[in-house]
Amino acid sequence: MTQPAISVRNVSKRFGDTLVLKDINLEVPRGQVSCLIGPSGSGKSTLLRCMAFLEEASAGMIEIEGEALGFSEKDGKRRRQTAAELRRTRSKIGMVFQQFNLWPHMTALGNVSMALRRVRGLGRKEAEARAMAQLVKVGLEARAGHYPSQLSGGQQQRVAIARALALEPTIMLFDEPTSALDPELTGEVLNVMRALADEGMTMVVVTHEIGFAASVGNNVCFLDHGQLLFHDTPETVFAAPRHPRLEQFLDTYLDRGAQMLR
Amino acid sequence: MTWQLFELLLQASLMTIFVSVTSILLGLAFAIGLSAMRMSGLGPLVWFARIFISFFRGVPLLVQLLLIFNLLPAIGISLSSLTTALIGLSLCTAAYQAENLRGGFEGVPRGLIESAEMAGLSPVQSFIWIRTPIALRLTFPALVNEAILILKSSSLVSVVGMIELTKMAQNLAASTYMPLPIFASAGLIYLAINWIVAIAGRRAEAALPGLPAK
Repeated sequence: MTQPAISVRNVSKRFGDTLVLKDINLEVPRGQVSCLIGPSGSGKSTLLRCMAFLEEASAGMIEIEGEALGFSEKDGKRRRQTAAELRRTRSKIGMVFQQFNLWPHMTALGNVSMALRRVRGLGRKEAEARAMAQLVKVGLEARAGHYPSQLSGGQQQRVAIARALALEPTIMLFDEPTSALDPELTGEVLNVMRALADEGMTMVVVTHEIGFAASVGNNVCFLDHGQLLFHDTPETVFAAPRHPRLEQFLDTYLDRGAQMLR
Repeated sequence: MTWQLFELLLQASLMTIFVSVTSILLGLAFAIGLSAMRMSGLGPLVWFARIFISFFRGVPLLVQLLLIFNLLPAIGISLSSLTTALIGLSLCTAAYQAENLRGGFEGVPRGLIESAEMAGLSPVQSFIWIRTPIALRLTFPALVNEAILILKSSSLVSVVGMIELTKMAQNLAASTYMPLPIFASAGLIYLAINWIVAIAGRRAEAALPGLPAK
């Protein structure tokens, strides 16, 4: 059996008195697209953020390609990793945020080449050449000199994807990458993601794009009230008879591309 | 009021500009350092920054200048008038600018820091390359405002023996017995300089990229 890209073991997360993730167990296989779906507040974004250690799980362990992320386990006890240990494991992960989170004081090229220069220590020329190659990949080489404020939401998100890819991660995490976009701009971002999936990138996508989950996803995980209700191929998950909770959820998305599943 | 007198005032205003610009820039560098200390989470550094800021904001600049001018020689450090003036003004403006910057640092959206973290930047790198430029951009209007205040406050450095615009005007008024036209001219020169600063500030504000989206 090959090692999973990400393994989530008994992860719980509480914010104050609220338990937002309840004992989640999940293995994300390599080279596949896993979609996390579920109603707002179901904990899917929190679970994704735990996989990047942007949120610290209150209990449980997360491993990235077999290496513990954020906490190391010894004799059943968790120990917080040092910043350097965390950075090393994290370097395998690229993250794409709902709000793009491009640095507003840098051009598209500056955003993509930043970490290549400051973290990887490449010279300006080399870093910018590699950054440019990533911008070509997302079809934005002509916008390299533009600042984020001069780009549309869809273009900003594609730059953000290029920025993550420039660091050559083996896993890409997407946190509702199209939720902040006008509907007519979601297509260009989803196309870039589809192309990435075709290359065999391991992807975990929190999304409300049921159509994307059904057509591009290899696995669909349905979360509700902090629980992972089920986890299977889209064919199985979306085939009738469906889980009543999923049925109810899909009803609310009928006019967002889910008709095709009816 | 002759052209010759006006020329003396203009010459003295160069000293006003030099002292102000140098203090603003030194003060900005100190202010970034103070902000870093405040946000470091390390007890002694946080307290040093807090005490520094409350002292230099709470004591009048005139008193600060007189303290530096009299205190340092008393403990064996003798400084020129210019150095004393620059120290006094820049430490004072550093305290105000640090408070302005604090608002700027708090205004940097959390997500931008998270994306820096995910790109592998260390907290120090994130502070230098991401947080500081964005905080500076957010507080740029306050910086222009502070520059104008410091230009006017620089008239106080005459107490440590600096001959800048105000002191020159006082000297000329005393020797020519024409206080009204001389002080009016000095006032107009201050007004003109600050008008230029304000316009340049507005232009730069419009041209600078980098306000985070709301």
